[in-house]
Amino acid sequence: MSAALLRNLAGSAFLALFLGVGFYVPQVRAGSLDYQLAPRLVAEDTWVLIGKREDFSRSNGGNIVNTAFVVTTDGVVVIDSGPSRLYAEQMRSAIARITPKPVIRVFNTHHHPDHFLGNQVFADVSTTALAETIAGQRREGGAFADNVYRLSGDWIKGTEPVAARDPVGPGTLLIGDHRFELIALSGHTEGDLVIRDLGTGVLFAGDLVFHNRAPTTPHASISQWLAALDRLDAITYRTMVPGHGEPVSDGRAVEQTRRYLRWIESALLQAAERGEEMSEVLGLELPKEFAEIPLAREEFARSVAHLYRGYEATTLRHRR
Amino acid sequence: MFLPCLFTALVVFVVVSPASTFAAMADDPLQSPQWTDIRDRYLGADKVVFDPRVAVSGPKIAEDSMNVPVSVKISGLVDVRRVLVVADLNPIVKVLEFSSKGALPSLHFRMKLQQGSPVRAMAQTGDGVWHVGGIWIDASGGGCTAPSVGRSAAGWTETLGQVQSRVWQNETQSRVKLNIMHPMDTGLAPGIPAFYIERLSLQDAAGREWMTLDTFEPVSENPVFSFDFSGPPPAGLTLVGRDNNGNRINARVVK
Ligand SMILES: [Zn+2]
Repeated sequence: MSAALLRNLAGSAFLALFLGVGFYVPQVRAGSLDYQLAPRLVAEDTWVLIGKREDFSRSNGGNIVNTAFVVTTDGVVVIDSGPSRLYAEQMRSAIARITPKPVIRVFNTHHHPDHFLGNQVFADVSTTALAETIAGQRREGGAFADNVYRLSGDWIKGTEPVAARDPVGPGTLLIGDHRFELIALSGHTEGDLVIRDLGTGVLFAGDLVFHNRAPTTPHASISQWLAALDRLDAITYRTMVPGHGEPVSDGRAVEQTRRYLRWIESALLQAAERGEEMSEVLGLELPKEFAEIPLAREEFARSVAHLYRGYEATTLRHRR
Repeated sequence: MFLPCLFTALVVFVVVSPASTFAAMADDPLQSPQWTDIRDRYLGADKVVFDPRVAVSGPKIAEDSMNVPVSVKISGLVDVRRVLVVADLNPIVKVLEFSSKGALPSLHFRMKLQQGSPVRAMAQTGDGVWHVGGIWIDASGGGCTAPSVGRSAAGWTETLGQVQSRVWQNETQSRVKLNIMHPMDTGLAPGIPAFYIERLSLQDAAGREWMTLDTFEPVSENPVFSFDFSGPPPAGLTLVGRDNNGNRINARVVK
């Protein structure tokens, strides 16, 4: 084989590789729009889809949230519909692989986009939430969908914000062979629905509880949130499913969330009382127990934007 | 035919543009496409240096694009006459201008960002040289074209121009923080004309000015400013100012 031929072969191999990559990449992209939802059995009839402890991104498509479903004798009860149409479609497929029973009810624990933007896929069943949650979904759903699309791109295509249809208050609700206690709280948002399955002892805490994932505060009232955590402490459960992070069988996730909220409240209040400016507060050192939690720095900076002006206002005085 | 023409055009271009413009664009630590325009518009032919003594701080990402906290602190630079703050990619580039006439050459404020942008402080010293520092702040946007929040609340006209304040003091320094009630409308939200504070001055009991500010539309609604003084603040500080509709601001600073 002549040297010239070798060079030619090498050249065309290079070209083929180049073209091959060009051909292959779109297929990988298309194929990768798979949330790879893997329901995990945490109690009898009770499955949880654990999201990544990350922020919205183009690689995770918004699969950063825990959703769940309970298979009753009458049908399937879904708790939170996920961040997109695609997520909810894939969730329905995952449910169908586990049970032939139809989905008959969807609860939204609160109005944040990762918990309800899948609602449009459940147009055929009752979607249920607290009245405050429905109002928030109507008010902010459009902005949420735009924002999530900006952060997660193609995964969110075709996602329309659909508010829950049926308002619900506190009480108990029998669905098939499962009796659910609905507990209406607030603090993470204006309406935080906690759902307890009285038979299995599973408590779906929504975003009132974050576990090894920094809490988010865009609609938070820290004092109400702390009061809500005290309420959760008074409830018995066998398994707690937090809104983000691994399920637990004890109070450690509640305690971690409480310690973080107490710290952020006192740190921001003390900084305001020292006269610090927002841009200075951003540089505050995080206590070691929180510094290593995923997204702690990012969420702290966001919380300064959400909360600091409120604390600052209490330090300023008016004189006529 | 073509080549000589192109060559001529190039030569003309090089001759017309001062060489320093190219140097400045290449040097811009923030690599902003707007930098040479901003330089030409606000600094003219004056000498410009990028100077770490002009420190700008703020968030990496603006969570609330209507209220982006920014601090400008200038240290180790003597005879600072005035400081311009600009956001290269904002629809209204100029945020404010301040002159410390006794106060420390630093200022803390919050601003609106329409999109991710460099935010720069450009400080001119007595020799005419501009010392420029800045950071890049990312933003999802809408800060300038969204209507002010207070517009939707009843009674905002009753609190217009009201001032809340507080003074903090330690062994070496003091800080005056002020909150002024004002919608600071940019004029970019549909149907709402520009309505903003354009002049503020901190004066002592004898009427001496310690800090003056020219403020523009990108300053946040109900603005909060902090001013720092070496040692205690001057006695009897008063905030005096006006907006572009002629409304007056006049408030004693509360310790
Ligand atoms: Zn949430």
